[in-house]
Amino acid sequence: MTENSESQHIVPIKVYVAVFVTLLVMTAATTAISSVDLGPWNTVAALVIALFKATLVVLFFMHVKYSPRLTQMVILAGIFWLALLLLITFSDFVSRGWLR
Amino acid sequence: MADVSVTAAPHAPVPGLQHHFDSIEQQKEASALGMWVFLVTEVLFFGGLFLAYTIYRWQNARGFAHASLHMDLTLGTINTAVLICSSLTMAMAVHSAAIGKKKLLIGFLVLTMLLGGAFLGIKAVEYTDHIHHHLLPGPGFHYPVPTDARAAEMFFSLYFAMTGLHALHMIVGIGLLTTLLVLARHGRFTAEYHSPVEICGLYWHFVDIIWIFLFPLLYLIGRHLH
Repeated sequence: MTENSESQHIVPIKVYVAVFVTLLVMTAATTAISSVDLGPWNTVAALVIALFKATLVVLFFMHVKYSPRLTQMVILAGIFWLALLLLITFSDFVSRGWLR
Repeated sequence: MADVSVTAAPHAPVPGLQHHFDSIEQQKEASALGMWVFLVTEVLFFGGLFLAYTIYRWQNARGFAHASLHMDLTLGTINTAVLICSSLTMAMAVHSAAIGKKKLLIGFLVLTMLLGGAFLGIKAVEYTDHIHHHLLPGPGFHYPVPTDARAAEMFFSLYFAMTGLHALHMIVGIGLLTTLLVLARHGRFTAEYHSPVEICGLYWHFVDIIWIFLFPLLYLIGRHLH
């Protein structure tokens, strides 16, 4: 373990189990919230929960919390490109009233 | 002629270490980075579909919400739980490989494959049900509410495209796990060298993340109308 500590961070099993339980609880939460009429906030709540779940998976199951900076930068760059794809298209869409 | 010992690495050779890497850590980081670069292209691949979904849902909010009520919430929720379980068993497989436990690794790989198979089985039941109810877009598409039919057909086009592409990734994932299983049985992985397990794990978790977004956007958007 000490010999490996530099090359790989071995995540304790209880961390995996805690993430797993949180993911299941969040799945129950998103299902429960969806049956309450919150208007446009239903979608916001669903996306916030999904983003939270995805972040847990990325950080712990995919070990990104313990990954080298370079890997983390590549992932952030990927998210940035996704944001460009979505935001630029949405800004075009919402600024043309006749499309809606 | 050249003395081999002159160019040999200062340390004893590590099993699985390719000659063009300085160390097993460097090789491990390089392979994980390579996998992440691929996953970023996958993010943008699925991102295009999520973009199309958002634009069409914007235009047909009511029709999408009503069409979503045709989803089987119970099966969808069970499948979400099945995938989360499979992510835990995959994480445990990587963990087992990292501590050099071959039997545990094999056990968790088999469990992950079984859960992946269960997901695909449940998905097949859902598809059969949709097709039976004439909800497969195309000439046979028939929707009970004529005014919502076009929006619903668009919803189901996106539903089949997104979940179909996701299921395809699951099938590829099970194929990758089969390969890992064969390699693991041959004793190819050690605590020092198990990058293939690690990066297939990244792929498997990525496919889980896609479902984490698909589930609320496809199954839950009409529930508040009840």
